[in-house]
Order: sequence, then structure tokens, then C-alpha cells
Amino acid sequence: MAAYTLRRLWQFVPTLAGVVLLVFFLFNWVGGDPAYLLAGKISNPAQIENIRRQLGVDQSYAVQLGIFVKQVVSADFGASWATNERVADIFATRLGPSLTVLVPLLVISTLLGLAAAMLVAYLRGSITDRAVMIACTVGQSISILVYILVFQYLLAYHLGWFPVQGWGTTFSENLLRYSALAIVVGVAVSLAPDIRLYRTFFLDEINQDYVRTARAKGMSEGRVMWVHVLRNAAIPIVTNVLLQLPGLLAGAFLIERFFGIPGIGREVILAVERSDFPVIKAVTVYVAIATMIVNLAADLLYRAIDPRVQLK
Amino acid sequence: MTEQGVWTLAWLRFSRDRVGFASLMVVLVYVGIMLAAAIGWLARDWSEERGVSYAPPTFLGPDRSAAAAAIAEQRGPGDDYGIPDPLAADLAEIAKGLTGTGASEARSPTLAFGADKWGRDVLQKTLKGAQVSLFVGLAAALLATLLGTIFGALAGFRGGWVDDIFNWLYSVFTSIPYLLLVLAVAAVVNQKGVATVILILGLTGWTGIFRLVRAEYMKHKVREYVLAADAIGASPARRMFVHILPNVSHVVLVQLSLHVVLFIKSEVILTFLGFGVGVDTVSWGSMLAEAGSELLLGKWWQITAATIAMALLVTAFSLFTDAMRDALDPRLR
Repeated sequence: MAAYTLRRLWQFVPTLAGVVLLVFFLFNWVGGDPAYLLAGKISNPAQIENIRRQLGVDQSYAVQLGIFVKQVVSADFGASWATNERVADIFATRLGPSLTVLVPLLVISTLLGLAAAMLVAYLRGSITDRAVMIACTVGQSISILVYILVFQYLLAYHLGWFPVQGWGTTFSENLLRYSALAIVVGVAVSLAPDIRLYRTFFLDEINQDYVRTARAKGMSEGRVMWVHVLRNAAIPIVTNVLLQLPGLLAGAFLIERFFGIPGIGREVILAVERSDFPVIKAVTVYVAIATMIVNLAADLLYRAIDPRVQLK
Repeated sequence: MTEQGVWTLAWLRFSRDRVGFASLMVVLVYVGIMLAAAIGWLARDWSEERGVSYAPPTFLGPDRSAAAAAIAEQRGPGDDYGIPDPLAADLAEIAKGLTGTGASEARSPTLAFGADKWGRDVLQKTLKGAQVSLFVGLAAALLATLLGTIFGALAGFRGGWVDDIFNWLYSVFTSIPYLLLVLAVAAVVNQKGVATVILILGLTGWTGIFRLVRAEYMKHKVREYVLAADAIGASPARRMFVHILPNVSHVVLVQLSLHVVLFIKSEVILTFLGFGVGVDTVSWGSMLAEAGSELLLGKWWQITAATIAMALLVTAFSLFTDAMRDALDPRLR
């Protein structure tokens, strides 16, 4: 186990080097000269030259790559071009709101998806199963934008059950008042794909021999499903939930943007809109590292839950 | 039976699947709309301002409250104080000039499925949007599939250091969440347009196809028919693309179809955020971008039209993909 973990950690190095190279290639080579972006429309050559010297883009690519690698290693990406805030500070202050929305969202949607998937897997082939599957296919085909727009209009603006958007100062206010609708929308969006995926996990287990054995010895249906099948189906589900996490951190940007939640996703969108390269570079590198760590954690967890799994 | 037999059998299986067949018909109708709009038979003058601002759909009838508000506005605020408006004559002149020569005389109070803020026909916009969205989805999926297949074929067939390099590239691309990668590229490219969106989606979306095709090639390269081809002197390229490719093409086709759906959805989000197709083109994403403020005014027709059009296409495409997978690989059933 320890040897495996060490080997996997060692494999992070080339992947991370690749991410750094890719980000460098994108922003320093494809992206062109950032001095023109920064100097704005009215600028003179001296200003541009000055900015270039400050950013180090007047140096050769090798030196620029060195600067970037140093930034990654020291976890210091400098200051945002748009607000002059330290990139590290941006992350420290934006992570809390993101997690306030994401953790309840992930927990609720997983539990609901699990229960619904178990039900339709149990009733496989029935009218209910087919109706739910069709509803999921249709639900998945509607853009997340429509969910957000319609939910926000109906539940917040029209019915006034939730604030349309905003963010408070205390944790409980944020969680119960401002995050509530965002969580509802997030659950509504992720439920359809979750049910479809978890249903296949349950179907894989439901026809196994041990289920028949459990039934044959007179175990109640509730116990068969909730204890035996659920435990085995939970293995891929847990990994799946874990693997979703880094993507959600950056991917919840639409929800964060619409509901005015000052999280990481909204910061990404703002950065892309303002061409704020330091922030985007930092987000990309950090999220890539998070993804690698979570992947490793998922594999280790898989092994911990299911001792039959051999890690190589 | 020769190679044709496989496809004929698959087609027979497919056409027995009623849901899949109906979905294919829907997809073909959309492709027809796309082609017709591209050559200008359909929705050519979508950008013409034909109705009044926010003209409601015909089945609702003209908007009474808007007409009343317009009349109230014409009367002017001066009346309230009993003082004649000194500019009334001039204003009336201007108003007459505007209505007389402007297009609003010819503007209809209602349109088939309503109008947007500038009085453009929502139905025509939806049709034109179908062209842009579907074309972007198809082209980006083709590009991603082409890259994924070539990379996967090389990695799986060659093995060794070629495999290592492509695997490294794969792990780099997959360690960055897909939408974040797309946004990062969009931030750098900083250029709008259909071609840009296709390139962004295609160049970032090849990883899933690569992994599957690579696995198929590793499986196939040691099979007897490939060894036999090697023995009679077929070149590696010939073995890769003439011998093995037809045998893994069902995987590629299903992936192509899956990615069309993924890219249509991604294009809508990109365009909505303002990094997608330009302002001179309309896509479902730009229609949804306008819909947010329209909903607050109670103008629901544009978001409804774009949502229905998109949901219908994506649902049909997904069901078609499922049916195609079942037909091409009967063992999966």
C-alpha cells in the first residue's frame, strides 16, 4: 500500500510538469503579449515596455518558463491583473463560499440519486423504471442554463421563497438563506445523470448470486436491498462522487455566477472575462493538482472498501 | 458474408428499434434544417426586425398593455400639470417622422412564436440557431473523434514510447476538468466565432475517445487477422487503418455521436458566457443569454423556443446513440 502510494505520488511529477507546460504554452505562447491587454486602449510604447519588463515577458521563453515554474513551486502566483489582489488571498477567501454550496449539494444529490436509483433498479423493466429513465433522458437534455433561469425566476423572483441572489456575513445565513436555491438547482441538474449512472451500478449487483442466496435464506427484501446490494453498489458510487469534486469546484461557475456566490467558479468566469491570466493559471494548476490527489484518494478508498481490488 | 454484412445486420437490428428509428428521423429533420438554413432556404432574414418589440406569439394575440402604455406615453407628462407642453408640436413631428418612415409601420403586432427585444422573429432565430448549434456540435465532434482515433490508434498499435507519450498527454489533459480547460483556452484565444468554438471544443475533447480506441487497438493488434496481414507484408499504417479500423469503427461511431451531444451543450454554455459564437450569429446559447432579462418582463417565448428546440435534438440524439450502440454491439444487450 505504502509502496503503491509512493509510486503514484512519483507519477504526479511528469503529469504536473505536463500541466505546467500546457498552461505555459497556452498563456505565454498562444496568448500573445499581455502588455497590450494590460495597458488598455490608450497607451504609449514606454508604458508597454515597462509592463513587459515587470511581467518578465521581454525575456526569452526559457526564462519565462523558469519564472512560471518558480511560481508553481512556491505557490505564489503574484497578484491579479484586474484587482491587484494576491492570487493566494483570492483562493483563501473564495474557497469557503464554494464549499458552502458544494458539500451540501453533493451530499443531497448523492443520497437522493442513490435512493431513486435503487428504487428504479429494483423495479427494473416496469413502467416506473421506463418512465423515470425517459424523464432522466429529457431532463439531461435541457441545458443547465434553463434550470437556473427558470428556477431563479419562479422560486425566487415570482414566488419569493428564496432571495434572488446575494451573500451574507455569517455561515448559517449563507448556508440556509443564500445557498439554498443554488443547492436546489444543483440537485435538480445532477439528479438525472446520477440516477442513470447509479442505476447501472445497482443493476450490476442485483443479479449476483449473493442476492439470490440472501433471498433464498428468507431475508427480507428491505434488508437485501439496503444492506447487501447497497454496500456493494456503494463502492463505485463513492469513487464517482469523489471524482466529481474537483470538477465541481471550478464547474459550478454558472450557479455561483447567477446566485451571486463569491466562490472559485465565479472567480474563474470573472478572470476569463477580464483576461486575468495569473488567476486562471493558478486555478488551472491548483485544480489539476487537486484532481490528481483526489484520483489517488479514490483508488485508495476503493481498495479500503473492497479488499479484492488489487492495486498495481 | 463480407464486411457489408455486418453493417446490413446492424441496420436491420436498428430499424427494428422503434424509439431509435424515430430518434434518427428527428435528428435527420434537424440536419435538414441545418442544411436548408446554411444555403439560405430557411430563416435567411432572421435578423430582420419584423415585429414590434417583444411581439407576443400569434396564439396569444397582440399585447394590449404595451399598446396602452405607448398611448399613455404619447400623451406626455405635461398634461398632469395643466400646462401645455412647449415641445409637444416638435415631439409629435418627430414621432410622426419615426413612425412614418421607420419600419414600425410595417411591423406586425404578433409573430408566429413572438419576437425578441428588437422585434426579430423568435421562430426564425430558433431555426438559424439550430443551424449554428448543430453545426458546431457536429464539426467539433468530428475533429475530436479524428484526433482521438489517430492518437488512440498510434498509442495502442505502436505501444512502447509512443504509447507513453500519448498516455502522458492524456493524463495531462484529463487532470484539468473539461470546462475549466475550455474556459482557459477561450480566455487565451480571446476571439469569438464559430471556427474558434469548434477548435476549442475539438482540441480539448479528444481524451475519452482516445482511451477507448487505444484499448480496442491493443486488443486487436494481437488478433490472428492482423498477424496474418503482417505476414503477407501489409505496412503498419495499412494494418492500423485498413485492417483494424473497420473492426473498431463501431466504438468510434458511438463516441462521435455521444460527443455531438456533449459539444452542443458546451457550445450553448460558452456562447451564453460570451466566449462562443459572435454577436452577428445566433445560436441557442445567445438566445438563452437574452432570455434572462426577458423572463423578468414576463416574455417567456424565446427561452421556451430555444429550450424545446435544444431538448428535442439532444434527447433524440441521445436515444439514437443508445439504439446505435445496441445495434452495433448486440452482445451488450
